[in-house]
Amino acid sequence: MTYNFDTLALHAGQVPDETFGARAAPIYLTTSFVFKDSDQAAALFNMERAGHVYSRISNPTNAVLEERIAALEGGVGAIAVASGQAALHLAIATLMGAGGHIVASRSLYGGSHNLLDYTLPRFGITTTFVDPRDLGAWRAAIRPETRLLFGETLGNPGLDVLNIPEVAALAHEHGLPLLVDSTFTTPWLMRPFDHGADLIFHSATKFLGGHGVAIGGLLVDGGTFDWDKSGKFPTLTEPYEGFHGMDFSEESTVAAFLLRARREGLRDFGACMSPLTAFQLLQGVETLPLRMERHIANTRQAVAHLVASEAVAGVAYPELENHPDHALAQKLLPRGAGSVFSFTLKGGRPAGRKFIEALRVFSHLANVGDAKSLVIHPASTTHFRMSDAALVAAGIHPGTIRLSIGLEDGGDLLEDLDRGLAAAAKA
Amino acid sequence: MAATCSKTSIAASLPQRRPDPVQIELNGQAAYAYTGGKPFDAALPCVVFIHGAQNDHSVWGLQSRWFAHHGFGVLAVDLPGHGRSAGKPLPSIEDLADWIELLLEKVGAGDTAKNVSLVGHSMGSLTALECAARHPARIARIALVGTAVPMPVSDALLGAARDKEPKAIGMINTWSHSPRGTVGGNTVPGMWLLGVSRRLMERQQPGVLHNDLAACNAYTHGMDAAAALACPALIISGSKDMMTHPKAATKLAAAIKDARSVSLDGAGHALMAEQPDAVLDALRSFIA
Repeated sequence: MTYNFDTLALHAGQVPDETFGARAAPIYLTTSFVFKDSDQAAALFNMERAGHVYSRISNPTNAVLEERIAALEGGVGAIAVASGQAALHLAIATLMGAGGHIVASRSLYGGSHNLLDYTLPRFGITTTFVDPRDLGAWRAAIRPETRLLFGETLGNPGLDVLNIPEVAALAHEHGLPLLVDSTFTTPWLMRPFDHGADLIFHSATKFLGGHGVAIGGLLVDGGTFDWDKSGKFPTLTEPYEGFHGMDFSEESTVAAFLLRARREGLRDFGACMSPLTAFQLLQGVETLPLRMERHIANTRQAVAHLVASEAVAGVAYPELENHPDHALAQKLLPRGAGSVFSFTLKGGRPAGRKFIEALRVFSHLANVGDAKSLVIHPASTTHFRMSDAALVAAGIHPGTIRLSIGLEDGGDLLEDLDRGLAAAAKA
Repeated sequence: MAATCSKTSIAASLPQRRPDPVQIELNGQAAYAYTGGKPFDAALPCVVFIHGAQNDHSVWGLQSRWFAHHGFGVLAVDLPGHGRSAGKPLPSIEDLADWIELLLEKVGAGDTAKNVSLVGHSMGSLTALECAARHPARIARIALVGTAVPMPVSDALLGAARDKEPKAIGMINTWSHSPRGTVGGNTVPGMWLLGVSRRLMERQQPGVLHNDLAACNAYTHGMDAAAALACPALIISGSKDMMTHPKAATKLAAAIKDARSVSLDGAGHALMAEQPDAVLDALRSFIA
C-alpha cells in the first residue's frame, strides 16, 4: 500500500533503526563513516554500492529529511542544504555556467533577487525579470541561452499566484525546466509537480521547520524533465571528467539532476546541512499538516478582521475577491493561500510605526513561517532608506504591514491586531 | 529514437572495436545498452542485465557499475521500445530472448566460449530463462531476480494497462515495494523509491506496459524451458514480493537441474532498488 500525506509527513524516509529500534530519526552527528573493507570503500566512491562516505555529501539523518520532503512533494528525491539560498544556488549551478540566462518573476524574495540581479552576473549568469502575471513577458524574455524559468508559488510582497501550469507549459515548449520556490505554500497547500513544475526548492527555515530554530534548504527533483530530449544541459547529458567521465542522464534516467547536484554541487560548493539541523527540521515536518491547517484558519480570521477595519486601506490576500489572482488561487490553492500577507494602514509611515509598537503577541522581526506570529513594517525597517514614492514603485505603501500569522489562539491574535489598529488610528 | 552516443554506452564505446554505432542495429532498429561506466570490451566475460516490464537499464545502476569495474563487459540493455532503444516493444518473451541473442552476436560476446551471464528481473528473468533454453551454446549462467514461472497477470491489471495506464502504473508501484520500501529508508541517500519507480514507468511510451504484461502472461511454457536448462541458475527472491511470490521461486528452483536460491528478507519485487547491496553480493558469488 501507499500512504497519504499526513502519514508520510510522520514516517516517510525512516524506519526504526535495526540496532536499537529508535523510533525517532537518530541524529548521526558524525563527519564520516567507517568502511567495511577496501573493496567497499572503492565501491562507495565509484557508485557501485549505496551508502554514506562523508557528511558533506550525504548523511543518514539528512537522508530521512530528503526522502520525506520528496515523498510529500511527489518527487524522486531531494537534497538538503544549508539554507534556501543555498538550494537556489545549487539548482542554478547544476544547470548552467557562465553564459547561462534565467527568466524569473520579478516578485521574488529579496535574497533571491540579490543573487540573480547582482551576484550571479559576476559569474556570467544573467537574469531577465518579468511580471509573473504576464505570460507574454515570460515568452518574450526567453533567449537561446536561457536555461531556467523561475518564480515563487506566492510572490513577494503582493502574493502573486504563479500560474504554474501556464509557465511550465511555456518552459517545456522551449525545452526548459521550471523551478519554483515553494516556501510560502509548502506541499500541504500545493504540490507544484502536480501542476507541471520540474524542480522545487524550500527555505525549510520557514514553515517546514516551523519553529524558527534552524536554517535550512531543500532542493527537490520531480524526475519528469527529459534533459536528453532538451539537449540544452551538457552538465547532465555529457561525460563529466570531474566524476570518472560519468554521464548523469545515462546513469539515472529520472534523477540525473540530483546526481550531479550531489556529486558535484555538495562536493565542491559544500553548502551542506548539519544533521542536527535536519533533525530539528524533521520535528517540524512531522506536524506540518496540523500546523498549516491552523496557520490558514488563523490567517482567514485575521484577513477578515482587517478587511472590516476602518483603519485599513487594503488587504492583499488571494482568497479575497479583489485580489488579481483570486480565481487562480481558487484553482491552485484550494486549501489556502498561505499565512504571510500584507495590509496597508491608512495613516502611512507613522501609523505603521505605532501599529508595530502597540502589538504584544506579534513579534517584530525579519522572518516568516514561525509557529509564533510575526510582523514587520517594511517602510521603517527593510526599506527604510526608500522615499514614499520609491516604496510605491516597489509595490510597497508607506503604511504597508507584513504579517506572518502563527498558531496562537485566534482570539488573542485579533485582540492584538485591534490594539495595533487603535494605536495606528491615533498616529 | 536515434542511437545514443555517450562514451559509456554501447553505441559509442564500440566504435573503437566494432562498427559504427549506426550498425549496432537489431532487426533494423537502433539498440541501446548502458555499459556500466566503462567502454564495453567483448573479450571480457560478459554480463547482460535485462530489465522488467515498463523499465529501462537504470534499474541496474549500482550492480552494473560494479561488474563493469571488476573485469566484466557489461550490457545493461534497454529492450526494444523501452528507454533509449528504438522500435516497438516486442510482443513475446521468445522474441525478447532472440533479441538478446542477436545483441550478443552483434557485439561479439560469447563468440569463442560460454562466457556470457544473463541477469534478468521479472519480465527480464523470463527473457533470460528463455534465451538460455533456446541458445544453450552461448549462455554460461543465468540469474533470475524477482521471478515466477509462469508469470500470470490478472485481467484487472491487464485491463488497466490497456485502458488506464496511469492507474496500472500506480497498482504496480504499490505492489512492487515491500512494507518497508513503501515507507522509505532508501540506501541511496535522498532518493524516494516510490517516486523513482513511478517516474521511470511514466517515461515509457504509451502501450509499452500492456505489451510487456501481455508478454509475461502469454509465456506459458517457462517450466519446460526450466527443465531443459543446461546451465546453472541463481534465483533471487524477496520475502515480501507481492508481484512474484517467493513460493514461485522455490517451485522454479526445483524444476532446474543446477539451481541455487537466495531469499532477501523483507525485500519486495523491486529488489535491486530496495536491497542493492544484497542483490550485488548474490550476483557476485554466482558470477564473479
